[in-house]
Amino acid sequence: MSQDRSGLLPSSGPERCGCCGMVQFEQLNEEKVFKDPVHRYIHVRDRLIWDLIGTPEFQRLRRIRQLGTTYLTFHGAEHSRFGHSLGVYEIARRVIGIFRNRGDWDDSETMPALCAALLHDVGHGPFSHSFEKVFGTNHEQFTQEIILGDTEIHRLLSRVSADFPKKVADIIGKTYENRLVVSLISSQIDADRMDYLLRDAYFTGVSYGHFDMERIWRVMRPHGDQIVFKFSGMHAVEDYIMSRYQMYWQVYFHPVTRSAEVILTQILHRASRLYRSGFRFKQMPDVLIRLLEGEIPLADYLRLDESVFMYCFQVWQDEDDAILRDLCCRFINRRLFKYVQLSRDQLNADAELTELFRSAGIDPDYYLEVDSSSDCPYDFYRPGEEEERLPIQLQMPDGSLHELSRESDVVRAITGKRRTDHKLYYPKDRVLNLSDSLPEKKKICALLHING
Amino acid sequence: MLEDHAKIAAIIKQVGVVAGRKKLQKMVYILQRMGFPFREMFHFNFYGPYSDELSLQLEELCNFGFLIESRDERSTERCYRYRLSEAGESFISHYSGIIPEKDGLVDALSRETASFLELVSTLLYFDQIPASTSDDKVRALDTPYSQQDISRARHYITVLERQAQTLQFS
Repeated sequence: MSQDRSGLLPSSGPERCGCCGMVQFEQLNEEKVFKDPVHRYIHVRDRLIWDLIGTPEFQRLRRIRQLGTTYLTFHGAEHSRFGHSLGVYEIARRVIGIFRNRGDWDDSETMPALCAALLHDVGHGPFSHSFEKVFGTNHEQFTQEIILGDTEIHRLLSRVSADFPKKVADIIGKTYENRLVVSLISSQIDADRMDYLLRDAYFTGVSYGHFDMERIWRVMRPHGDQIVFKFSGMHAVEDYIMSRYQMYWQVYFHPVTRSAEVILTQILHRASRLYRSGFRFKQMPDVLIRLLEGEIPLADYLRLDESVFMYCFQVWQDEDDAILRDLCCRFINRRLFKYVQLSRDQLNADAELTELFRSAGIDPDYYLEVDSSSDCPYDFYRPGEEEERLPIQLQMPDGSLHELSRESDVVRAITGKRRTDHKLYYPKDRVLNLSDSLPEKKKICALLHING
Repeated sequence: MLEDHAKIAAIIKQVGVVAGRKKLQKMVYILQRMGFPFREMFHFNFYGPYSDELSLQLEELCNFGFLIESRDERSTERCYRYRLSEAGESFISHYSGIIPEKDGLVDALSRETASFLELVSTLLYFDQIPASTSDDKVRALDTPYSQQDISRARHYITVLERQAQTLQFS
């Protein structure tokens, strides 16, 4: 992508104000709006934002679901990272508007912050989490490359100034000097989390996950280099924390979704292992070959989307390898693995189960997998230790700062008792189809608490 | 099955006690950068590189009863100490050699303070950018570091890297 194929690039960069020297960004002749189910309307007035949305790299996000495999559990969860990115931009725009009205905002940071909000997820790949686990890639790294590398996004940002792409990349990478701007996009209550909680609740159709976002905006206060919350707004913040907690356990860590994620990961592992062993696939898109070979160039990475993967899973149902065929068939037809809750004692049975599976002809490398809360890319609020990470701070009437869980009984109740979870996933149908005369079957059923 | 958890437990076993989650975070990040087979993903936060995944794995190890967490009474701030329990010993016995003991590198890290490890890990995080720029980034951290601290940390990294070159991981 060495040249602008879309014709989006403006002919010249922004102008500077004659009196203060501040960059003046070109405004659109007419404000553009996107109709949005969460924010009602997303408003775009800046030419730069409008042009960024039109780049191929940003449009790719339409083809990547926000919640990966969650649509197999909640059928409404088909929304994309495109809509979420617009939502984060809109929240950042509105919060900045509130800060500006109070005189709490440096205007020169507005455009870098808006661009960072819009582009914060631009490096996400298809089914990101499983993908990254298997191929060792990192979407945050790709986000940096897209903003700083040979892309239309980079060319558009460079029109502002040579160092503008770096500013945007640093905000997203959380290494930007003005940490108030970083906190707006990425902190314990940020534009990213506020949008995805409300959007994911809306599209999954669950009734929890809602909170009064506008009230939270109104009690946000810049304090040094972080954002704190007025004590009087504590209940709105509590509501947000509760919705994050509920969404974690009811949606993000849903065992059916996690089962689909386990199978997806195993498909990618199997395809990778087969490729390395010289297996001749009947169908393999070129763009995946580069990925399987280990080093994927940015231009190829940008060609990956969920359609490419879904196509592969579809056609691999006819491959000669029985494991790949079976796993793809399970994913496409939603014949997912079942699970048992894993206790400490059962961990010791792991070696025995692995051996039993192997001798019963079920490859444990692909059909026996532990999934833990730490494998899930989402989390819920925990205050942590001092200086471990930045907690949510309330600004008390006397101006002092108190960590949220010290003031809120509700938050203390859900963060005080640590809750973690581990499940062992396996194909129950395969186990039940084993011959009754096979001695391993009885032992496997006993260890996995399978009746019948 | 829980190999990543076993690696963390093995590190704690090697040093006996780890004083503070922040310290453990920075130790794991530095060891990962030195080639130890940790797979956790780190990003940058106000106090240097940080991994949500590692933070949760630590809680999971405590909930399994493999680690004993106690509040550090000597600290005025909220700070926790971690050591391996008997059940934890039995757990990692299934993963022998998962983190080989190597030239006291893990021990050496554990003897440093959390704030020095924050500095070292931050410099490592920014090792792709020119030293002058990364020094500016370090000064923007919440912990105030002097140029002398930064120089000592840079020298420390050179020594670590030299030590790490001799390591072989399976």
